[in-house]
Amino acid sequence: MSKSCIILGSNSDIGQAIAHKFALNGYAIILASRNIDEYQKRLQQDISIRYNVPVSLVEFDGTNFSEHEQFWHSLPVMPNVVVSVFGYLGDQEKAVADFNEAYKIISSNYIGHVSLINKYVQQVKGIQTSAIIGISSVAGERGRQSNYIYGSSKAAFTCYLSGLRNDLTKHNIHVMTVIPGFVKTKMLGDMKTPDFLTASPEDVANRIYNAFVNKKDVIYIYPIWRYIMLVIKLIPEFIFKKMSL
Amino acid sequence: MYKKLIQNWGNYPKISAEVFEPSSSYIINDFIRKTPKLIPRGNGRCYGDSSLQHAIISTLKLNKFLFFDKENGIITVESGVLLSDILEVVVPYGFFLPVTPGTKWITIGGAVASNIHGKNHHKEGAISNFITSFELMTEDCNIVHCSRSENTELFTNTIGGMGLTGMITTVTIQLKKIETSYIKQKTIKAKNLNEVLNYFEEFNHYTYSVAWIDCLKKGNSMGRSILILGEHAKKNDLPDKYTNHLKTHSHKQINIPFYFPNFTLNYFTISVFNELYYNKQTSKENNNIVHYDGFFYPLDSLNNWNRIYGKNGFTQYQFVIPFNNGREGLTKIMKEITNSGCGSFLAVLKTFGKKDDFSSSLSFPDEGYTLALDFKISPKVFDLLNRLDEIVLAYNGKLYLTKDARMSAEMFKKTYPNFSHDSKKFISIQMERLLNV
Ligand SMILES: Cc1cc2nc3c(=O)[nH]c(=O)nc-3n(C[C@H](O)[C@H](O)[C@H](O)COP(=O)(O)OP(=O)(O)OC[C@H]3O[C@@H](n4cnc5c(N)ncnc54)[C@H](O)[C@@H]3O)c2cc1C
Repeated sequence: MSKSCIILGSNSDIGQAIAHKFALNGYAIILASRNIDEYQKRLQQDISIRYNVPVSLVEFDGTNFSEHEQFWHSLPVMPNVVVSVFGYLGDQEKAVADFNEAYKIISSNYIGHVSLINKYVQQVKGIQTSAIIGISSVAGERGRQSNYIYGSSKAAFTCYLSGLRNDLTKHNIHVMTVIPGFVKTKMLGDMKTPDFLTASPEDVANRIYNAFVNKKDVIYIYPIWRYIMLVIKLIPEFIFKKMSL
Repeated sequence: MYKKLIQNWGNYPKISAEVFEPSSSYIINDFIRKTPKLIPRGNGRCYGDSSLQHAIISTLKLNKFLFFDKENGIITVESGVLLSDILEVVVPYGFFLPVTPGTKWITIGGAVASNIHGKNHHKEGAISNFITSFELMTEDCNIVHCSRSENTELFTNTIGGMGLTGMITTVTIQLKKIETSYIKQKTIKAKNLNEVLNYFEEFNHYTYSVAWIDCLKKGNSMGRSILILGEHAKKNDLPDKYTNHLKTHSHKQINIPFYFPNFTLNYFTISVFNELYYNKQTSKENNNIVHYDGFFYPLDSLNNWNRIYGKNGFTQYQFVIPFNNGREGLTKIMKEITNSGCGSFLAVLKTFGKKDDFSSSLSFPDEGYTLALDFKISPKVFDLLNRLDEIVLAYNGKLYLTKDARMSAEMFKKTYPNFSHDSKKFISIQMERLLNV
């Protein structure tokens, strides 16, 4: 059977880098983004010319849950790798004051993924071997005052993926959790971060692909983040709560 | 957008600039509209200040392939696509760049803006001959489609126009058909300048030719060199063990991780290097089959080799002088250099054929000899280069702008007399120097 990979969130820098990496390895690619604009069309041309694989474009709205079942039916093929990388950073201060913003953050970073992935699993469970790669974040490892609405939705996503893995292992569906630290992307913008902790999207994609091939469960990018987060999680709450983070 | 200290390949000069790096040409209007002075920048492989200004639009994220006609070898790409990426895509289909510089790490936009030449100018001309069309974002934020028949004036003024007419957003070029990705190479040792120039004449039917000159040798051996000739190899030129006829280049590179200390490159080390290089080949003439990567891009396997010149950087001096009295001119220049004791690590001699039909008045290639020399930056070097300018001028030559970081406004005016700068926005700090504004 021919291999195919869908990128849910192909406007993101990480999503694009992952698309290149899978295309390089012979996967047909489906680029899914909120709307198909000129940029997505160029991306489609680019990937198909560079790697000589079929690339299609589809639209999806991560937060329009009622359409998610139909979304999977509308695809040209049922992909065997799903990369769920869409999300919304949002504005923490605004999210505290205005529930609409909080809801948008939670639904884009958590509920939308649950809805889409559940529907996908219903389609493929027992029928084809598949992999689900969820891109979560170190922000979900411990709540901090500066981004706990975003962070808690990522924490929920990480928890969802771990449960899903536990559930699907017996069905030959590989679930991988990716926990990136700093990545040089549009999201990071002009923020100055230490070089040795900051990965490029290409670097993230390479590591994800290798971990996928090796059937890894949870990966941190870079691995040093696993230890940083361990230390952060070990700080007693009575101290942590007074820190300005 | 971010502010940073920025420099090109020669690490001289360095300036602080706002850099805007859009991923789509549809979002650059605002930046152009609100910025009084700016210049496009590709991969910064020009040596000096051609792509420097205090506001820069980088094309490095405009890196999409848009169209590839595998039958006819026509390709359309966004302007920030690197030549190395084009090779990776087209070589397996039996196509090659029609013209290529000595590095594959430049953007196609930069190739058009400098009207780059290769080792085949005497036979096939510069890149301009193979540019079918391009799109240009002008200072009034229109995207203009330019070709030999549409907007011909803008087409012409942009090729070799050093980014001064606007920002090229997409480029369509005609590729060259090849049977294999290998080159049949012939190398010939020449005892001195006269001998190598004779060889250039004798072998001018070869598609590719270039000579590496040892610039330290004086007297009878002045201009001692190795002439390298090449033709694209056919399938039956290759030994049987070459199973993949259309192999692309490898990604292996040796990294030079830091700037060499200032004393590393001196007269002594350069002369040792040159001695080794010249004597590596023991016979007068050698014939072999080499991959395109080694033939065209011998320095690309050393990542950041520019760091061996130290933190203060270096400059490349490349001139062309007409064949008429050219030998005499080259001899004078070589003498001036050997007497100065400012060794040049790399000296590369090529020949140019007729001037290209469609190219800006700033375009460099013009019939004659062209010599490129690298010099580590020092006050002594600037004096030497000023003296060389006088000789180049006396022999009706000119300098390559994409390599320059120090030419005087006066020299520019005398050697590029037909240029007039029309844009109010698109200007590099190089052009400000050369136009004295
Ligand atoms: C090792 C080495 C070997 C070389 N050998 C050769 C050679 O053999 N022959 C040769 O001709 N050159 C040679 N060069 C020079 C190089 O090919 C040119 O300087 C080329 O223009 C660099 O392209 P770039 O993408 O790095 O652009 P930059 O260096 O960033 O810019 C170069 C010029 O192009 C303009 N420009 C860049 N992109 C655009 C755009 N999208 N729209 C409008 N203007 C733009 C800039 O404003 C600037 O004037 C060599 C350079 C190196 C480092």
